[in-house]
Amino acid sequence: MKKTLILTTALTGMAFAASAQEVTVMSWGGAYTKSQVEAYHKPFTAETGIKVNSVDADNPATPIKAQVEAGNVTIDVADIELADAVRLCDEGLLEVIDHSALPAAPDGTPATEDFLAAGMVSDCAVPSIVWSTVVAYNTENVSGTPSTLADFFDTEKFPGKRGLRKDPTALLEMALMADGVLTGEVYDMLSTDEGVDRAFAKLDTIKSDIVWWEAGAQPPQLLADGEVVMTTAYNGRIFNAQVTEGQPFEIIWDGQILDFDLFVIPKGAPNKDEALKFISFATDTQRLADQAAWISYGPARKSSAPLVGMFNDGKTEMGPHMPTAPDNLKTALANDFEFWADRKVELTERFNAWLLQ
Amino acid sequence: MALPIYASPLERIWHYTYLLLCGLIFFFLIAPILVIIPLSFNAEPYFTFTRKMLTFDPEGFSLRWYDNLLTFGMLEPGAPRDESWWADVWENAAWVKAAKNSIIIGFFSTILATSLGTLAALGLSRPEMPWRKAIMAVLISPMIVPIIITATGLFFFYSATGLANSYLGVILAHATLGIPFVIITVTATLAGFDRSLVRASASLGAGPVRTFFKVQMPLITPGVVSGALFAFVTSFDEVVVVLFIGSHQQQTIPRQMWNGIREQISPSILAVATLLVIISIALLTTVELLRRRSERLRGMSPT
Amino acid sequence: MADTAADMPTDIVGALRTPDGRPLKQALAQAERRARIRALVLVLPLLAFVLLTFIIPIGQMLSRSLLNDTFSANMPALTRWFDENPGAEPDEAAFEALVMDLRAAKEARTQGAVGTRINYEVPGTRSLFTKTARRADRIEPPYREAVLDVDKDWARRDLWAAMRSAAAPVTTNFYQAALDRKITPEGEFAFADKQSRIYITLFVRTFVLALAITGLCLVLGFPVAHLLAVLPMRKASLLLILVLLPFWTSLLVRTTSWMVLLQGQGVINDTLVALGVLGDENRLSLMYNQAGTIIAMTHILLPFMILPLYSVMKTIPPSYARAARSLGATSWTTFRRIYVPQTVPGIGAGAILVFILAVGYYITPALVGGATGTLISNQIAFHMQESLNWSLAAALATMLLAAVLVLYWVYDRIVGIDNMKLG
Repeated sequence: MKKTLILTTALTGMAFAASAQEVTVMSWGGAYTKSQVEAYHKPFTAETGIKVNSVDADNPATPIKAQVEAGNVTIDVADIELADAVRLCDEGLLEVIDHSALPAAPDGTPATEDFLAAGMVSDCAVPSIVWSTVVAYNTENVSGTPSTLADFFDTEKFPGKRGLRKDPTALLEMALMADGVLTGEVYDMLSTDEGVDRAFAKLDTIKSDIVWWEAGAQPPQLLADGEVVMTTAYNGRIFNAQVTEGQPFEIIWDGQILDFDLFVIPKGAPNKDEALKFISFATDTQRLADQAAWISYGPARKSSAPLVGMFNDGKTEMGPHMPTAPDNLKTALANDFEFWADRKVELTERFNAWLLQ
Repeated sequence: MALPIYASPLERIWHYTYLLLCGLIFFFLIAPILVIIPLSFNAEPYFTFTRKMLTFDPEGFSLRWYDNLLTFGMLEPGAPRDESWWADVWENAAWVKAAKNSIIIGFFSTILATSLGTLAALGLSRPEMPWRKAIMAVLISPMIVPIIITATGLFFFYSATGLANSYLGVILAHATLGIPFVIITVTATLAGFDRSLVRASASLGAGPVRTFFKVQMPLITPGVVSGALFAFVTSFDEVVVVLFIGSHQQQTIPRQMWNGIREQISPSILAVATLLVIISIALLTTVELLRRRSERLRGMSPT
Repeated sequence: MADTAADMPTDIVGALRTPDGRPLKQALAQAERRARIRALVLVLPLLAFVLLTFIIPIGQMLSRSLLNDTFSANMPALTRWFDENPGAEPDEAAFEALVMDLRAAKEARTQGAVGTRINYEVPGTRSLFTKTARRADRIEPPYREAVLDVDKDWARRDLWAAMRSAAAPVTTNFYQAALDRKITPEGEFAFADKQSRIYITLFVRTFVLALAITGLCLVLGFPVAHLLAVLPMRKASLLLILVLLPFWTSLLVRTTSWMVLLQGQGVINDTLVALGVLGDENRLSLMYNQAGTIIAMTHILLPFMILPLYSVMKTIPPSYARAARSLGATSWTTFRRIYVPQTVPGIGAGAILVFILAVGYYITPALVGGATGTLISNQIAFHMQESLNWSLAAALATMLLAAVLVLYWVYDRIVGIDNMKLG
């Protein structure tokens, strides 16, 4: 009896502690989550008194889907990729967000017109950043200077292990571009069976040298440890390792693949109102610009661009490090979110079968 | 093991090779656990011995990763280290929170597993117990069934019953996983139990309850305590079930480690690992002492 | 007490009476029954607890491998058509049902779920459902032609065969998938060709790796257990600590240590390079492959081999070996023909235990196994957490569990569950 008493007291005690106003935000971990904590979470708590719990996942879209389908949602806000946002919205797994309720730009432009991806985004998500998948290498471990995607796949010229994200998005595109397909034709090619075969055939050429990563924080670590000589990575993670840790990394901008990250609210989120408040706070013009002081991702509002200044070390100009800098954009490919929203499940299955063979 | 005097030279050579071989295997067993201890004092963020460490230069060593265990997740890690700084550590530091969760979950699941398990072991040890083997097989199965199967089963069941993402859910699950250990250790202790003591006690007028507390209890206590320690360690080390059925609020030490290892093995993981090794040495010592005490009590020769 | 009654000849027992006049046999049986109930009552709370928090949840999860109503719940009209027309080719009515269902699915936003379900059987068809659902409102009769206009793939026989089998309330499709059987273009199930077999390969790999780990544990554990058994007690208990410490150390700690040791720039490679055994550019890849899984898991499971071996070897009297030697056997013959046969129960106990644990391992392969060193558990976790094909995960889990339970039964046969010891 006494035991049960202690147990129930302890448990109810914990339940009370959890019932204070709070919002749980799921993001991608490492330097990226840190940038969001600094630019969004801390000022949000200071202003509203709502506590922000930060949770990390390799790709928040997956746990969200699992949680909604199993009927136990613990996440209020998630940061996910554009194609996933479209797909999950189509499947009815996200709450609808009224874009007209979002704050307008300082000059009065309504939010619906201020966002870069406004036209393409479904009514379930609010864009926050532009980021890209790039190839990076450790100058201390590579002999010579790789400069193209083709070099990444050339283990003769640049021997050593390669890091790749264990996910077909961006991977298949890069394989095709390295194989000589022009950026404009990549998705037409991938829409055919021959194109998919060709991408996998290209990957076959380096399969035995691949180290797979899943969390965005892994590639800089793999490069620093010398576990791989070159790897694909999210550009902001490499930038942070370069600037804050002084790592000798270089980014190959050739064939970078641009994408958006967006905030969404999973259907059945326990703190939906707080989640909405958080999203409209975090995606206003100033906050989006503030985030760029912590990581090299571009703000998703046009009105934020002029406000982007220095990195938080006070001496690094962010402009040239952004994936959208004109010099970096020459051979860039924009992720075709409609293609991936439709085909991600199929191609992931094919990819996994290929992995196990 | 001395060599007999009639051993041939070949046998002598073999004998020493054999000892060397055993030495190497013991090294294989223990070295991986010990190697992380010095590395956790590395002043650099690497997982290998730096030149300064190898030459025992004091500059190569530091406590920064232990400090990091306290500051990671804090609101104001840079503030002066006064009372409010420690309050901040207690409230917000990720590893401290994880330790608190691990201890709360471990404590309650151990109590649950040990009380139910001991009771059942008492029943199982009675000679008149029906379907003994079958019941034993069911009760020990949580140890045998692959953990991923247990975790997925609990994920669906708890999602449907609302136990997912609660302390209660994790405690119940960990109790289930700890039960086989309690059953095994307590029945082993009871196996050597002389049942005539119970009859003697009864003939002297003691009721079953009094007999239990005065006669059986003191003899099986060492077994129960080591069973409880096993159950606690099982919970304290469990990550898969927590990953499936716990939310961020039930972040435990192993789960925090799992996240840390997958992202980057920073030496602060090694600092945690070192602390855990020290804890396991303490637990092992306790269990060994208990075992010897139990054998003394039961009048067996020390082993 | 029970034995005494049974041992007595029945006629004597039948003639005896208790002081209150009841036949002794009856009184004994009653007392025995009461004792059995008392024993059972002690066990019952725990048994109920384990049933509720363990057996039932697992059973429920496993039933997902046979029951999946994603298709029938979201495509009711087509499901009805399949019921009413067993074995028929799709006609105009079938296509009409398809269009109606897709329209409703689009409203309810379930076309993705249905497409995903069929995509499990016929890869590459999910987009067919999403695309057609998007245009479903504009599709006019005749439906067959209109649908084929959207995409000619709607005429595929394998697609219709897959939809028909997905519409059934109980399906063995996920077991077919778990055994690498796929729907052919003719709409039949057949084994996939050797190169594209995934799960059979993975099961084979899991068993081969588990076997290799068990073998290594035996090879490493046998000499150590023997040494512990023949050493004087005081020395043996000191050395035993070296075996028990890993046993008590957190699994994650041990896996972390191995990651530190095995990395390309890790302690082992650094040492080998420093000693000049390896060139700096030829560092061994010991991690993110099968080597990593085998090394780390052998270390982690070794105590489970040593402890049962040791407890058997402890009881082997040295006199047999001495007798053999005095009868002229060489030390090798003595070892092979006298000693080893006596250790077989220990070998059996250790080997089966290690094998059972290895087959279901998850954490260590996930961290050090890379793509080639992961086991079937990792694939179950993948389908649970990432691809979210829960029915396939359940089918794989059922097959793994069946294998483990067979081994568990063998263990009980050879060793006896009640003889399991810890430390």
